[in-house]
Amino acid sequence: MAELRTETMTVNMGPQHPSTHGVLRLVLELDGEVIRSLRPTIGYLHTGIEKTAEQKKWQQVVPLVERMDYLGAQSNSLAYALSVEKLLGLEMPQRVRDIRVLIAELQRIASHLIWLGTHALEIGAVSMLFYAIRERELIMNINELVAGFRFFPSYFRIGGLREDLPRGFHEAVNAFLDRFPAKIDEFEGLLSKNDIFMRRTQGVGVVSADAALAWGLVGPIARASGVDYDVRKYFPYSGYETYDFEVPTEREGDVYARYRVRMRELRESVTICRQAITRIPSTGAWACDDPRVVPPPKDKVYTEMEALIQHFLIYSQGFTVPAGDAYVPVEGPRGEHGVYVVSDGTNRPWRIKMRAPSLLAIQALPTLVDAGLIADVVAVIGSTDVVMGDCDR
Amino acid sequence: MDAHGIITALAPIVPGTVYEAGASVDFATLYVPANRLVETCLALRDTPSLRFTALVEVTAADYFPRDPRFEVVYHLLSIPNRLRLRLKVRANETGSVPTVQDVWPSAGWLEREVWDMFGIVFEGHPDLRRLLMPEDWEGHPQRKDYPVQIRKPAQTYEPLEISEEEFKANLQRDRTRRMAH
Repeated sequence: MAELRTETMTVNMGPQHPSTHGVLRLVLELDGEVIRSLRPTIGYLHTGIEKTAEQKKWQQVVPLVERMDYLGAQSNSLAYALSVEKLLGLEMPQRVRDIRVLIAELQRIASHLIWLGTHALEIGAVSMLFYAIRERELIMNINELVAGFRFFPSYFRIGGLREDLPRGFHEAVNAFLDRFPAKIDEFEGLLSKNDIFMRRTQGVGVVSADAALAWGLVGPIARASGVDYDVRKYFPYSGYETYDFEVPTEREGDVYARYRVRMRELRESVTICRQAITRIPSTGAWACDDPRVVPPPKDKVYTEMEALIQHFLIYSQGFTVPAGDAYVPVEGPRGEHGVYVVSDGTNRPWRIKMRAPSLLAIQALPTLVDAGLIADVVAVIGSTDVVMGDCDR
Repeated sequence: MDAHGIITALAPIVPGTVYEAGASVDFATLYVPANRLVETCLALRDTPSLRFTALVEVTAADYFPRDPRFEVVYHLLSIPNRLRLRLKVRANETGSVPTVQDVWPSAGWLEREVWDMFGIVFEGHPDLRRLLMPEDWEGHPQRKDYPVQIRKPAQTYEPLEISEEEFKANLQRDRTRRMAH
């Protein structure tokens, strides 16, 4: 029999593809159903936020960085606020640290819920999306209660928080925390032992611990490969060292292991939230007492000349930050989020660079997919939990 | 371990290199001469007391009009030793910085982004193309002398016009190219 002539086929996947979480374009070279090569193309969502930030005053950058990784908005602004506070040498009061921890963990839960819903949807468990979004809606409601904005609350500011917690905050958070663990059981009951889900995810997209580190995938992806690195444990910030929680790790490094890690992270986040909400008194400080950065209270603005001048200066010229550079990482939902800020001593940043975990995850996609089947590509992209806003900035 | 400790640890492995400890408020900062960058990075990755196994970030800052105007900034992470380190390499518009992709593969796209945004050439980089900006973009937007508001005419393309013969020739060309592989 004559030798069969085979040809590879080049397929363009995206940029408008529902399973690419935004506008990611992949050029696949297929040999039948097997992937011969995969080339990601990014940049469709590039909005020049880093360049824009250089034209804004320090405090005005907070809403901008929240729009980078739009699902983990408040971990971006936490990283930014911590970096600038490092340059300013500010220490936050205990209550501010606890509120920041609580809100950052709620943000992680919200982000993981979107990941869970879309990831399961792409693999075929369509109804997961509705269950996950329903729970996320409660966190969005808490955001709305706190800041009046559901997606990008801009509640973390340099120097503390924007304002004090509203009435009914503790009740809303407690109601969510009481309800949510049973929902995680429900989600896991639907997926963890689901035969179709397991066959689509086990042994797919395997990455070793060494490769995960070499490709810079620090975060849930590396933890699913057995690296126990978590910024909250290794380089604690905002008082995480005083909280009692575990860092979930798995050994297999496949899509299913990443699913298991994130599901356990949901439970750990609930534990942290419970500890935080009991620590937060209903009244107290909501910003540090540095008059350079934090405007004076309103009653003083109306009665004291100096307070009025200070208020006017902060809102018209902003504040200056000592020259230098700083990089403070936080553990975001997708891994290590960090902002590298450079100041030249004026009231505007000289350079802002956001570390984008999604960019590194997409860079490593060819390694993760590695001669898999075309159907696995969708599962692998879902398991890396990429957000194109974070990737392209 | 502070910057001086790291310099002391590096001195016997990369002899004859002058490191400069940079000022910092968070963790150690080293200025590395561009021609010794790769050796330094290999030493930082493989020395047991350092073991910077992950490169988490590569970026740059433009200090125009200072000369040399750029600083390329590398953020390293050592998980076993719970250390962070910032490396800085000075570069100007005409010079180049060696790529560290052979030390940490994660440098590939990060260096591409730096080239895209600042126009700093990474010598030995196998795929130095634009990453975020369109391929036919002119200029490097993160440079300080690049205008913030530009008036660029919207790019339009004429519809592709191709005769039947050209179409057939293209198909044949693609087919022979594929067969060659």
